[in-house]
Amino acid sequence: MSETKTSQPTPQTPHSSQSNYRPMGRPMRGGRGMPVPKGAIKKGTFPRLIKMLFKHYKWYLVVALICIVINATVNLVSSVFLQSLIDDVIPAGVANGFESVAEKLLGMTLAMAGWYAVIVVASFAYNRIMAVVTQGMLCQLRKDMFAKMQSLPIKYFDTHAHGEIMSAYTNDTDTVRQLIGQSIPTLISSTFTLLFSVALMLWYSLWLSLIVAVATIVMSFIIKKIGGGSAKYMVERQRSLAVEEGFVEEMMKGQKVVKVFTYEDRAKVDFDKYNDKLYQDSVRANTYGNILGPILGNVGNFNYVILTIVGGLLLVSKLPNVGLSSIFQGIGVMEAGIIVAFLGMSKGFAQTVNQMSQQVSMIAMGLAGASRVFTVMDEEPEKDEGYVTLVNAKRNADGSLTETQERTGLWAWKHYHKSDDTTTYIELKGDIVMENVDFGYVPEKQVLTDVSLYAKPGQKIAFVGATGAGKTTITNLINRFYDIGDGKIRYDGININKIKKDDLRRSLGVVLQDVNLFTGTVMDNIRYGRLDASDAECIAAAKLSNAHDFISRLPNGYETVLTNNGSNLSQGQRQLLSIARAAVADPPVMILDEATSSIDTRTEALVTDGMDKLMQGRTVFVIAHRLSTVRNSDAIMVLDHGKIIERGTHEQLIEQGGVYYQLYTGAFELE
Amino acid sequence: MVKTLLKSVRQYKKPSIITPIFMLIEAFCECLMPFLMSQMINEDALASSGAMSHILKYGLILVLLAGISLTSGALAGKFAAQASCGFATNLRHDLFYKVQKFSFANVDKFSTSSLVTRLTTDVTNVQMAYQMSLRIAIRVPLQFLFAIIMSFSINASLAWIFVVIVPILFGFLFSIVRVVMPFFRRIFKKYDALNNSVQENVGGIRVVKSFVREDYEKEKFNKAAEEVRNDFTRAEKIIALNSPIMTLFVNMAATVIAYLGSKAIIDSGTLSGAFVPTELSALITYGIQVLSACMMFSMVFVMMTMSVEAGRRISEVLKEEVDIVSPENGIKVVKDGSIRFENVNFKYSKEANKYALSDIDLEIEAGQTIGVLGGTGSSKTTLIQLIPRLYDATEGRVLVGGVDVKDYDLDVLRREVSVVLQKNVLFSGTIKENLRWGDENAKDEDLVRVCKLAQADEFIRSFPDGYDTYIEQGGTNVSGGQKQRLCIARALLRKPKILILDDSTSAVDMKTDALIRRAFEEEIPDTTKIIIAQRVASVEHADKIIILDGGKIVAFGNHAELLETSEIYREIYDAQTKSRSVEEKKGEKDHE
Repeated sequence: MSETKTSQPTPQTPHSSQSNYRPMGRPMRGGRGMPVPKGAIKKGTFPRLIKMLFKHYKWYLVVALICIVINATVNLVSSVFLQSLIDDVIPAGVANGFESVAEKLLGMTLAMAGWYAVIVVASFAYNRIMAVVTQGMLCQLRKDMFAKMQSLPIKYFDTHAHGEIMSAYTNDTDTVRQLIGQSIPTLISSTFTLLFSVALMLWYSLWLSLIVAVATIVMSFIIKKIGGGSAKYMVERQRSLAVEEGFVEEMMKGQKVVKVFTYEDRAKVDFDKYNDKLYQDSVRANTYGNILGPILGNVGNFNYVILTIVGGLLLVSKLPNVGLSSIFQGIGVMEAGIIVAFLGMSKGFAQTVNQMSQQVSMIAMGLAGASRVFTVMDEEPEKDEGYVTLVNAKRNADGSLTETQERTGLWAWKHYHKSDDTTTYIELKGDIVMENVDFGYVPEKQVLTDVSLYAKPGQKIAFVGATGAGKTTITNLINRFYDIGDGKIRYDGININKIKKDDLRRSLGVVLQDVNLFTGTVMDNIRYGRLDASDAECIAAAKLSNAHDFISRLPNGYETVLTNNGSNLSQGQRQLLSIARAAVADPPVMILDEATSSIDTRTEALVTDGMDKLMQGRTVFVIAHRLSTVRNSDAIMVLDHGKIIERGTHEQLIEQGGVYYQLYTGAFELE
Repeated sequence: MVKTLLKSVRQYKKPSIITPIFMLIEAFCECLMPFLMSQMINEDALASSGAMSHILKYGLILVLLAGISLTSGALAGKFAAQASCGFATNLRHDLFYKVQKFSFANVDKFSTSSLVTRLTTDVTNVQMAYQMSLRIAIRVPLQFLFAIIMSFSINASLAWIFVVIVPILFGFLFSIVRVVMPFFRRIFKKYDALNNSVQENVGGIRVVKSFVREDYEKEKFNKAAEEVRNDFTRAEKIIALNSPIMTLFVNMAATVIAYLGSKAIIDSGTLSGAFVPTELSALITYGIQVLSACMMFSMVFVMMTMSVEAGRRISEVLKEEVDIVSPENGIKVVKDGSIRFENVNFKYSKEANKYALSDIDLEIEAGQTIGVLGGTGSSKTTLIQLIPRLYDATEGRVLVGGVDVKDYDLDVLRREVSVVLQKNVLFSGTIKENLRWGDENAKDEDLVRVCKLAQADEFIRSFPDGYDTYIEQGGTNVSGGQKQRLCIARALLRKPKILILDDSTSAVDMKTDALIRRAFEEEIPDTTKIIIAQRVASVEHADKIIILDGGKIVAFGNHAELLETSEIYREIYDAQTKSRSVEEKKGEKDHE
């Protein structure tokens, strides 16, 4: 159906527990740090869900509940109806002729039909309401979850497997749908049916009720035994399924390598191992699941037979029949109609218990799913204590700045000083200073140590260094994807912690190494940089970044729809688009992460040229992979293990003959 | 399609046949019971003197029936589990084995994620449908039939009511299904779009946050979520009709039967005639059975229709024609590493009107080092993929060791022609395990030897776990250059006669690149080496260099010759050496 893989379970091979060593110091992107393991139910999940339901759909639910109760009387009324027909009306009619009971019979039948009509309406209303409530609730859950997700820090996305995040939207909300739409209503309705049945059974006959009580105990025991086993093996089945899926995914991704190494036979052997394990587990889980129904059903039948025998004995022996009805009608004897009614009740009773038992695993799964959804919602959002905002400004005659509404191309930081209740406007220039910055993704491991640097407006600062030296980390700090541990970063003289994150980021443009495009037209994707940009502005940006040519050659030009992260474009073309996207935003400061992937010389020339044009007149931080970029930078920072070990211009550093010189001449990898 | 799928039942045929038999027994018992029960409490019999023995007789029969029903129900459950899980296991097995037989062209046709979905979700859906059809689809018509027969045997004139009601009910249920199915198809598409937008958002979260597009993304998502909700609610509202309709019909039937039945008994003037009051309740029970059978039927129908798509997608893979197969009694020995292309033309599909390669004539001697240069789309990769027969030439012949590649046993050919693919992958497992893809019986010394050749030994040893370092899926925990060197080492372990590197050192620094090339020259002189590269430096010392442009060989010769004759080569050379001029200048300085 969907080409988008939603869940990516990681196979838990024995190795992964043995060795967690990762040669690279990047924050890990894997599912090991998952807060709620699959299947676990967080405390308070159920009340929270119910509370949410009531918050949004109070009156719907009240009506639905009334309808469910009405609906649950079905068994009850048909039993009563039949009982009085068999015990009262028919014998009387046989004795005195049809005329004597005609009116009563018709009246009863019509009353019956009337009540059934009410039940049908109730059933209709409740099913419709639940459709609205379930879907509305799911929609709400998804929206809340997504809104929450947008507020989470980058760290969250760096430390959680994307497949896992996805499955909260797919598998988990699906189980919640089952829970709200099916399991909970069934449970409520069943409970009422049982209550009514018990009441009526006690009304008719205490003796027979006792038998049903015994049968109920037996059934609960069976449910616990078999249902418990079923749940246990179901979890195991899910696990083997996930392991096999992980294996299959890896093999399918590497299928061409498999061919090249004629690894097919070995892959088959491995696959069979996983497949056999899955077979064992799923046969067990399915067997337990399959036999619960027939066993419970037939325990119901045994119960039925025993009831009949005992009832028959009571009938024959004319022993007194005690029931709640005796209070009003006095103790009577057993009648055939009572047995018939009772049997009907007990059959319904058994069926209801069976129905409830089928919901047990559904409910467990639903609550586990809801737990995971709530876990996402409970994540700590990105904190922002910044209060300095970015505003359009115009320059007064005396050179000072005032705030304006219209876009002037001139921006200012609006800085309110609480101490003396004044507001100052500082022109946005793109002057960035880092002072003695320390940082680590996790407290135990410091990634950057004592990094200091300054970038004057319009300067180009290049970072070079080996993989894991901390180049990307520095750029992550400037736009506050992560917050520094120690030291200071100033932007136009303002501590960036004081700047509102949104405004800070708006003033910074980013072109990343991995290009992410969104489903939509080429134009939409460029406009992503600035939503109010006109078509002409977008096209101008595309021209500036050398993307216009290839876009014009696409079948529908700027209206060509991109899907699947622009998979119909080449790597170089996608890069050009991402440059155009940054160009349309037109920020004073740019962070560029040059692509390493091999694109052919001609496209590379276009990309290079586009990037160079984008850099003009801006403060630029560039993680450089190309020698030409490095060479014409105003300053080059050579990073090693989180420290700046060399800095200077190209000429200075070559002269110095240090690490940069070695990097430059290709002695090290310039990643 | 069904035929293709059912081929995978194989050893689970027995449980697949046994299950419905037991289901049949269970259904039979279940149907008999209400009748016997009504007979048991027949007032007429109870009133007689032999009442006790009458009850016990029927009680015994009923207990026996319930016992049989329980046993056969449970056994049916067990066998159904075996049959369906077994069937699914075989399906997955067949799919996986089939994919292992796929050629590159076949792999290209199906995307990775679609193959994974077929092997997992689709198989699970088919498994569910299979189990359902074994258990319910066979049981339901039987239950229906038994119940009808029993009803008629109790009271034929009342049983006619069912015959009237059933078609009407069927009509309702199936119109609901028919109205709702297109809705669901649409919902699935919107659902995919919704998931897709989440996936894009998660993947591009850095872009979202950099451009401060959180609100925009929320709006976009909310719109998609609302769309799903609206369609889903509409569909579920229609489905919500099922339950009240069932209630209506069941109770309508019950009421009519109760009224007419009572009247019939009263009219007969006796409580112990052909139709007794207790049979009235039995008749109603059968009524419920008949109608719920209809309901089940429509459910099974929905399940089946939903799994049809899954089944189609599975059989698509199973039926896929594999276009490259090993010839019977293929040649098992490759004489040497010489390669010849004779008038080779190639296009990726028969329908394509453009050839990816045309008029390729090429002669490469064993042991030579050959460089391949050319822009994107010049078919460099395509050219070399014909050598290990990853694709077959459309026209002309490719010869290795003087023999047409089509005459070799495929495994032998691919063992002797080792390719390091451009899009290479490492697999989750230790470095050792990854290397042993090249040769599963390789000794540890062999591993070290090839790693030294590929200049990988040093960095591997710098890891705390050395050769036992665990590589994450996709090799995400090693750098690009390290990954490439591991892939080269893996290919070297095969001791091939021909080694092909498809842009495999792009992320490796120039010095290491040079060291690898030198190691090749010195350590494996007899192996033919074909190197595709972006950097001129990687190929300039090769014996011959092939310049490709638009799928044609435009120049073939050594560095010096090409500088003379090939304009393209000169262009690339000039562009790339400019950026190296500093390095050379510095080098000159050192000499001074």
